[in-house]
Amino acid sequence: MKLVYFAWMKEKAGISEETVNPPATVTDLGQLVDWLKERGEPYTGMFQNMAAIRAAINYEYVKIDAAVGPDDEVAFFPPVTGG
Amino acid sequence: MIRVQAEDFDPGAELEALTKGNAGIGGVCSFIGLVRDIADGERIGAMTLEHYPEMTRRRLEEIEAEAMRRWPLEGCTIIHRHGRLEPGDRIVFVATASAHRRAAFESAAFLMDWLKTNAPFWKLEETGDGERWVAARQSDDDAAARWADKPASE
Repeated sequence: MKLVYFAWMKEKAGISEETVNPPATVTDLGQLVDWLKERGEPYTGMFQNMAAIRAAINYEYVKIDAAVGPDDEVAFFPPVTGG
Repeated sequence: MIRVQAEDFDPGAELEALTKGNAGIGGVCSFIGLVRDIADGERIGAMTLEHYPEMTRRRLEEIEAEAMRRWPLEGCTIIHRHGRLEPGDRIVFVATASAHRRAAFESAAFLMDWLKTNAPFWKLEETGDGERWVAARQSDDDAAARWADKPASE
């Protein structure tokens, strides 16, 4: 599973993307976030306030209960500020 | 037509390209977003726009198609820059062409409202106190929401 980060999420992560292999019990985005936080920093800091974070799976905006699988590209970022 | 690029663009040339060879166009409406030198009371030295290229392309294609579906447009151009920009620099260009003005005005406003809330861009401002990520505004969400249930015009 590929994870990509943008804006302050990327700064806190210290990287813009990484590949992770969560266990098969991780089937939705909320479980993925919980699994990442169990690994400690920087994830605990990055995912401290989920209300401040948006996500996309395979380039589509999704909610926190969206299903996620090993071949997905999952992006985490703050609310967008384009235009 | 959609472009996401670091370099500047020429609004006159873009308008010319949009309308050239189509005498069915009776009106063009354009909007250009610029970098301001003041934001939330602080002087801005520069701004860096980051984006998610593959997702940006998909979202912009989607909104262009939606504008063409809702209004009888002859054409539309969306250009969004990324990278480091300074006050006065152009950030974004939206132009819509139609037989009549109302469709052009409305669809241009729709495209800008939608871009603000759905295109995956993030702005990092350089101020005298250092760098800060621009926070999303509720007013932008409200502006986009007003189009949610709006049917296509006549």
